[in-house]
Amino acid sequence: MPRTRPSRRLAADLALLAVAAAFALPLAWVVLSAVDPGAGLRVKIPDGIGLDNFRAVLTPDITYTPLLNSLLLCGGGTALTVGCAALAAYPLSRYPSRLNRPFLLTVLFATSLPVTAVMVPVYALFVRVNLIDTLQGTVFFFAASQLPFAIWLMKNFMDGVPKELEEAAWTDGASAAQSLVRIVLPLMGPGLGVVTVFSFVMMWGNFFVPFMLLLSPDRMPASVSVNDFFGNRGMVAYGQLAAFSVLYSTPVILLYVLVARRLGGGFALGGAVKG
Amino acid sequence: MRRGHPAVRALPLAPALVLLLLFLAGPIAYCVWIAFTDLQLTGQAHSSFTGLANFRRALRDDAFLNAVRLTLVFTVLSALVGQNTLGLALAALMRRASKPVRTLTGGVVITAWVLPEVVAGFLLYAFFRREGTLNAVLDWLHLPRQNWLFTLPVLAVSFANVWRGTAFSMLVYSAALDEIPAEITEAAEVDGAGGWRRLWHITLPMIRRSIGTNLMLNTLQTLSVFGLIWVMTRGGPGSRSQTLPLFMYEQAFQNSMIGYGTAVALLLLLVGSLFSVVYLRLLRTEV
Repeated sequence: MPRTRPSRRLAADLALLAVAAAFALPLAWVVLSAVDPGAGLRVKIPDGIGLDNFRAVLTPDITYTPLLNSLLLCGGGTALTVGCAALAAYPLSRYPSRLNRPFLLTVLFATSLPVTAVMVPVYALFVRVNLIDTLQGTVFFFAASQLPFAIWLMKNFMDGVPKELEEAAWTDGASAAQSLVRIVLPLMGPGLGVVTVFSFVMMWGNFFVPFMLLLSPDRMPASVSVNDFFGNRGMVAYGQLAAFSVLYSTPVILLYVLVARRLGGGFALGGAVKG
Repeated sequence: MRRGHPAVRALPLAPALVLLLLFLAGPIAYCVWIAFTDLQLTGQAHSSFTGLANFRRALRDDAFLNAVRLTLVFTVLSALVGQNTLGLALAALMRRASKPVRTLTGGVVITAWVLPEVVAGFLLYAFFRREGTLNAVLDWLHLPRQNWLFTLPVLAVSFANVWRGTAFSMLVYSAALDEIPAEITEAAEVDGAGGWRRLWHITLPMIRRSIGTNLMLNTLQTLSVFGLIWVMTRGGPGSRSQTLPLFMYEQAFQNSMIGYGTAVALLLLLVGSLFSVVYLRLLRTEV
């Protein structure tokens, strides 16, 4: 990194702080309102700090069931995505074939399709085959929509594991399946972590998919149930909405920090997008 | 590295292929089919093939054209101008700033990005509401206040998308700028090139591929934004922030016209595919 003159550094610091302040204002609202019993719509110093809002939303109806549903949906979807992607990446990374390149290009093409557009036909299709309002149907769709990017990332991480280590295991009589599970996957641990966390975070925050595919209130994940704070319950309790938002957002923020740390602050996903 | 029959070696691909074909390629194919029918949700046992009727209808539908216009404004404003420029500016400024400021700004911007879509929607709804924080700040600065979500809904949701999506561009550009050899910038500085000239003649040309891919991905991401706008304005007031995804949803479900809604979805997919192909061409040497 080149040395920077103090005056320039100060100018850059001030500009960045201004942007940070603008970005922080909406975030400050959620944090302050969550602990403010008299929270309204604007950022203000709380009237008095209390956990009343959290106490009010920590009920099975409002918090536990939706978060459990989110966990089931996203956990299932992530497990399916990571499992299928790891399997699929193995032949793509290990065996050269004329079909690899077209397949990977198709996968990359699918990665950037707007999934939002597919939701209306998916709904129509799910009604036909009786998958509508089922957890497994939503899990399958989540996995399918996340798979292209997961395969792409996984293949790139797998390419980073040297083949020689595997060949040694093969001479000792290990099968391809054994070498994948015992050698390749452990060696690409951080990469596997990135794919897992990234898939989970994407599903956890996704609103449109469960909004379309699930109908029963008791199956709704947090991304959809949070909507109930508006309209259906009459007056909006902003403090409770903020408290719920904090509870709902914290896991993904922690997961992101975990992955970012593990990669030494680097940004592995950048490898998939930089030109 | 030859082991086993090619068909056996390709077997691990099967689970992923089945999922992709059934749940992604299947719906897209189905999408192409029902876009040409008059499928409805209620009061109709059979749908029939209607050819291009849905598309002809869209082109004559003011509400559709309004949605196309709003999608364009939303995408240009928030993705092409907002996220892209701000992301590049932040990445460039961070290279000069002191470490604590860099960490703080990066942390705040990335937090906005990691937050679930709906939560981001609520935060910005609260921010732009008449009684919200933005007006409080404007009051404090003695500037005129607005009922933002009512008077300028597209602007409000565009800002929301910038708030939520800039981190991605910032990360892409940080990585790109790190790869420019320091000698080149220093040589230009010695030759007396000022900041703007260095940016225009050296930095931008050297990261042009990153700019291309970033613009593509920002555009594709923004084309499919639904939750953020839904939470903030429901597409309203009236249909003044109703972009294509919201229009598609309204036609298919509130008006029960799945066929028409799907035709809109198909158009959205086509636009997305076009961008996707350009994106692949930008990346073509990478695969």
